[in-house]
Amino acid sequence: MSAPLLELHDLDVEIPLADGTLHAVRGVSLTANAGQAVGLVGESGSGKSLTLRAAMDLLPVPARITGGSVVVAGRDVTGMRPAQRRALVSSSMAMIFQDALTALNPTMRIGDQVAEVPRQRLGMSGSAARARALDLLHQVGIRDPEQRYRAFPHELSGGMRQRICIAIALSAEPGLILADEPTTALDVTIQAQVLGVLEGLRRDQGVGLVLVTHDLAVVSSTCSELNVMYGGRVVEHGSTDVLLSAPRHPYTAALLRSVPDPDEPVHRLLTIPGAPPDLLQTIEGCAFAPRCPAAVERCHVERPPLVGVGREVRGVHTSACWRAEEPERWPGPIAEVALEGVHG
Amino acid sequence: MSGYLSFLARRLVGTVPVLLGISVIVFFLIHLVPGDPARTLLGVRATDEAVAALHARFGLDQPLWHQYLSFLGRLLHGNLGRSILYDTNVSELIATRLSATIWLLVAATVLALLISVPLAVLAASHRGRLADQIVRAVPLVGLGMPTFWVGIMLVLLLALKVHAFPVSGFGKTPAQHLSSVVLPGLTIALALSPILIRSLRTSMIGVLDSDYVVTARAKGLSHRRVILAHTLRNAAVSSITVLGVNIAYLVGSTLVVERVFALPGLGTMMLDAIFNRDFPVVQGVTLVFALMVVVINLLTDLAHAALDPRIELA
Amino acid sequence: MTAAPLAGLPGVAGRTATTRRSLRLNPTLVAGLVLLALIVLVGVAAPLITRWDPVQQDLTSSLLPPGGGHLLGTDLLGRDVFARLIYSARVDLRVGALAVLLPFVIGTTLGLLAGWFGGWFDAVLMRLVDMVVAFPSFVLIIALVFALGQGTTSIYVAITLVGWVAYARIVRGEVLVAKEQEYALAARASGLPTWRILLRHLLPNVLLQAFVFAMSDVVLSILAIVTLGYLGLGVPPPTPDWGSMIAEGQGFVFTKWYLTAAPGFAVVLVGLALALVADGTVQRSGRR
Repeated sequence: MSAPLLELHDLDVEIPLADGTLHAVRGVSLTANAGQAVGLVGESGSGKSLTLRAAMDLLPVPARITGGSVVVAGRDVTGMRPAQRRALVSSSMAMIFQDALTALNPTMRIGDQVAEVPRQRLGMSGSAARARALDLLHQVGIRDPEQRYRAFPHELSGGMRQRICIAIALSAEPGLILADEPTTALDVTIQAQVLGVLEGLRRDQGVGLVLVTHDLAVVSSTCSELNVMYGGRVVEHGSTDVLLSAPRHPYTAALLRSVPDPDEPVHRLLTIPGAPPDLLQTIEGCAFAPRCPAAVERCHVERPPLVGVGREVRGVHTSACWRAEEPERWPGPIAEVALEGVHG
Repeated sequence: MSGYLSFLARRLVGTVPVLLGISVIVFFLIHLVPGDPARTLLGVRATDEAVAALHARFGLDQPLWHQYLSFLGRLLHGNLGRSILYDTNVSELIATRLSATIWLLVAATVLALLISVPLAVLAASHRGRLADQIVRAVPLVGLGMPTFWVGIMLVLLLALKVHAFPVSGFGKTPAQHLSSVVLPGLTIALALSPILIRSLRTSMIGVLDSDYVVTARAKGLSHRRVILAHTLRNAAVSSITVLGVNIAYLVGSTLVVERVFALPGLGTMMLDAIFNRDFPVVQGVTLVFALMVVVINLLTDLAHAALDPRIELA
Repeated sequence: MTAAPLAGLPGVAGRTATTRRSLRLNPTLVAGLVLLALIVLVGVAAPLITRWDPVQQDLTSSLLPPGGGHLLGTDLLGRDVFARLIYSARVDLRVGALAVLLPFVIGTTLGLLAGWFGGWFDAVLMRLVDMVVAFPSFVLIIALVFALGQGTTSIYVAITLVGWVAYARIVRGEVLVAKEQEYALAARASGLPTWRILLRHLLPNVLLQAFVFAMSDVVLSILAIVTLGYLGLGVPPPTPDWGSMIAEGQGFVFTKWYLTAAPGFAVVLVGLALALVADGTVQRSGRR
């Protein structure tokens, strides 16, 4: 396998605010290869969106990378000059966002928006770029692309807009697409279609995917590898199969437990009491400890490192939990999930 | 095209209540003046017979609503009364003076946009840095500047060095018209700029912060391309909105600026009428000013609809 | 989306969106208040600062240059310019501030009622607003001053009739938002009488924007008064006023430029002070 397209090493992102500095991403490491789909899962406020934006050099103005590095196609972009970085990042990776309506220029026809990169950056002529745009629209499953070419974003449906955003992402011929909650605003059937497009691109063209979402159902069907984030850190990482059948972090287990399973006749939703941590503060010990049903004294005092779990032979499985090796001793509901997994 | 026409038609219908309201307010102006309205209309040298004749003709003994209706009737026939001073129909007088005011308005608008838009774009794209701080300081100082004073200072500063533009009069040829509205237009533009810059900067920042600009950056496009292709058109839409809000102020400032630069427009006519207690002219010009604001607002709406594809025309 | 990554993070949303009652005075607000206080002080203490009578004419000392006891020289009628300058502060500031009071009260009340009750009252009021707003405000003011006759009372009436509109709009807008907030819904649910809800709960929250606008409205009203003065329709002579000073000096703008420049700068200074106060207040409330 070739070198990873994207590597994040101990990434730190901070946002200076009036009240202090928000340390939103704390030492996150992540790898993504071409042809592979990696999931980044967590609640709102876990730092997952900012992680993606940092990788893509698109952090909103006050936010900054304050530690660690971003390596794209084998080259460290963190220290590069902005123009260099932008050129490398945008030719290797592309990004799609949650709200396709606001992600598209409201006063520009969608065909022109898809043709923009081929024309401006790849140097194609007007007609060549148009042909390319039509082809891309076709690839993302839009029927009659010629008819849609001159439409404005607000004239199209949500699902179609998201496909157009994927087409735009493809237009730069990236090896990797970073998707920030691409299906959250869509209803379930459309979700499936959009995910299908992404999956098709991965299978047929080897375009990798880093998918950020809070929805476990989405990652379970799309991603082969998962990173679970909490409080700005990765708390568990491993292949999707393993994490779904044998999670080794109470947070992951709790998340899995709280997803309703339509096949189960009786079901009590496990909600995770409490609120996410205040990322303005330095947190002593494990960030999840205040809400963790399995927390012990040590959890509140010492932060558990992200280390390998068990005797996993199929690949790497890491968890940041002092009690990762003893799920059978966790309290009832989450122990159940840890030992038996969820129906996928 | 038909879409625009129906849009225009709907907007026109919407202005009817406003136009009626304007006529009511203008009608009531004369009734605020202490004393007999007929004497106010005729002036101090009016004879008793003339006063009685006017009473009969305008039905000034009738109840107010009756008077208003006949006033409205006269208005709809284009009858704005007769000037005491010039003994001519007010509408004719207005027609002669209208062009100077319109030249001034156009010059002022163009210059205001030329000054404000680049500065606002500069401030927004360098947000937080020095250029932005300087531009943001402008409204603080500028808001308190009386327009006419800006005009006088402009004359003071420029006339000593540059003799290119006349400081009074309107001229006869279009070329002379153009050069004579430069300084007064610049005056209004400078006075209006602080307000415009402030609003434009805010909406420009809104555009620069918006998601589709992030998409454009994600595409790896050059900064220049991002600004030109993605922000400008959307910024133009908000500029039109901002300009529309300040139209009334723009039109109103022509009044004093015409006086400073001795431009023979509606403003100087109104001021002369005030000093000569020529009430019909005051009434007529007030009405016309309001009409101008309504018309310009309509045009702004139309321009807005033309630029922004999200606005439904049909 | 751009706000989203920041807004989603715990701790950020609360800090950027709410109105915080911070006791910290930011430098903008302080600068504005200090400047304003200085100007007011100068106006109030005018007799102590200068020994010249601003109204006293002395035709033998006409158009003297600065110096020799006259800080800014004398005008055409031999009156000390500096004295006229600071005595004008009394007139223009007082009339400007008072002229805003009635529009503020009337406009806020009407806006509060319209926003809360809605219905025909709101519809009628908004129509009225549209009608007044169709006129360039200065044109209407000048027409009203003309109709009512020159004098300070006419100025107050004219500015009130034209100025209430902005406050009504602003307050109505704020009320429309505020009445859907939880504290308003809770107050209604608890069965409190309407007048109490309006006065104790709604009003304090909507007043902020009206107040901020009032600061810039004082500037606008001073500008209107000064413009009226320039045109000879303002405060009746011989009371000194910055506007009439500018008019009087206009004839000598090339030789004695300070006759017109100084009063203008005074107005600019007042505008600056009030703009700083307005900006500082907005910053303090945390809302942009």
